[in-house]
Amino acid sequence: MRRTLSITTAALVLAAAVAGCGSGGSGDTGATDGAAAAAEETTLTVYAAASLTATFEQIGEEFEQAHAGVQVEFSFAGSSDLVAQIQEGAPADVFASADEANMEKLTADGLEGAEPVAFASNTLEIAVPPGNPAGVADLDDLAGDLNLVVCAPEVPCGAATRKVTESAGVELAPVSEEQSVTDVLAKVTTGEADAGLVYVTDVIGAGDEVEGIEFPEAAAAVNVYPIAPVADSANADLAQEFVDLVLAEGGQTVLRDAGFAPAP
Amino acid sequence: MAAPSGRVGVPAWIFVPAAAGAAFVLLPLAAIVLRTPWSRFLDLLVSPASVEALLLSLRTSGTSTLLCVLFGVPMALVLARTTFRGQGVLRSLVLLPLVLPPVVGGIALLYTFGRRGLLGETFEVLGIQVAFSTTAVVLAQTFVALPFLVVSLEGALRTAGQRYEVVAATLGARPTTVFRRVTLPLVLPGLVSGAVLAFARSLGEFGATITFAGSLQGVTRTLPLEIYLRRETDAQAAVALSLVLVVVAILVIGFARQGRSSL
Repeated sequence: MRRTLSITTAALVLAAAVAGCGSGGSGDTGATDGAAAAAEETTLTVYAAASLTATFEQIGEEFEQAHAGVQVEFSFAGSSDLVAQIQEGAPADVFASADEANMEKLTADGLEGAEPVAFASNTLEIAVPPGNPAGVADLDDLAGDLNLVVCAPEVPCGAATRKVTESAGVELAPVSEEQSVTDVLAKVTTGEADAGLVYVTDVIGAGDEVEGIEFPEAAAAVNVYPIAPVADSANADLAQEFVDLVLAEGGQTVLRDAGFAPAP
Repeated sequence: MAAPSGRVGVPAWIFVPAAAGAAFVLLPLAAIVLRTPWSRFLDLLVSPASVEALLLSLRTSGTSTLLCVLFGVPMALVLARTTFRGQGVLRSLVLLPLVLPPVVGGIALLYTFGRRGLLGETFEVLGIQVAFSTTAVVLAQTFVALPFLVVSLEGALRTAGQRYEVVAATLGARPTTVFRRVTLPLVLPGLVSGAVLAFARSLGEFGATITFAGSLQGVTRTLPLEIYLRRETDAQAAVALSLVLVVVAILVIGFARQGRSSL
């Protein structure tokens, strides 16, 4: 009797622990703890590219104000990480990608709830530490003797970098090919790098910590951001409404203020 | 009547959570093996990027293990065999990288050895650039691995006690001789397993490296960084490389066990 009790207790503790872990990060609508049981709360889970963090949080607040009882939860990460998670069954209602290639991975698996729509675009810009210690003026200067940091060709910003340099016929010798555009930006803001290639929006977002240098060759690689509701979402209507808000004037104004260009 | 001696003090129910815990650790390993693209496995392994990353990982981890031994043995000896004011606080601080998120370690290293860091400007004047170099990788690995060696060696030193050292000293051996002929041989198994732990920790280092050293093929892109990057375009390749790291880790643990039992 006592023995079985111990086993049951252990099993219960384990089950509770596992359940606790599960409901923590996923933002699952099924989780009903005592506090939430009083009011009918719906959670809309949006998976968005890391570069959309500031803008989408703002759009999410607008959405919550317009929809009483709805809470928007975000998961911001690299687009390819997010696609991989959705493919493995993560409970996303909306997916916003930083490039078309990763959205195509989603549609290739038939995981889109509706046709993806382009909602913004972004181009590259040179970022240098305040004061521009290496005296960078244009793209050609990046081929000189300085600590240049770019994105690895495997990630979207690196693919854009390769496209730009190839079309301009410039050969770069970076000291590091980073995993993400935020890593590139961090190397510039800390002064480790003399220059980095990031997006226009990153330069604006970094404020006084970096200086931006526009260059005409950047037009060769315009990064297009598509958004789509995810198939089999428990909140399909809400998901579509969120997509609509991003495409509507309210969402577009927020994006424009952060430096995003309109979708082509 | 008599319970088998191996099971004294082990209640039957303890096997349930123990098995659950073991499954929790083993299932993900099985998942990696199941997802490995065996048909492309060899091609993926011998690609220049993979080979360079593996060689860089082994080279830097070897170097940082050496540095850990060089600095960790004296540190462990001082912590285990002497007493001084503030020793407890110092021990906690020195062992901090054990519990610190590696990315925090990376940021700390950046502000120490980076261009604008505490020591960085001195290095700059001397014409040495640490950031973005293989040296930075070794520094990051040594930073996170050193406490592993210190902890396991300090434990071994305390367990071994000072009896033989006292005898040797009364027989006229000088401190350096005692250290070399008595202390070191006595704690060699602890030193070996500490070094193996440090090597394994260096091999797996990711956060501090990506924050501090950057990522460039053949220079700073170690195997964990290569795996993380490869996931962006070719998830299968990432799985294959992960399996390599799992196999290396198993070999390292096997080596540590053998080292301990034979000594």
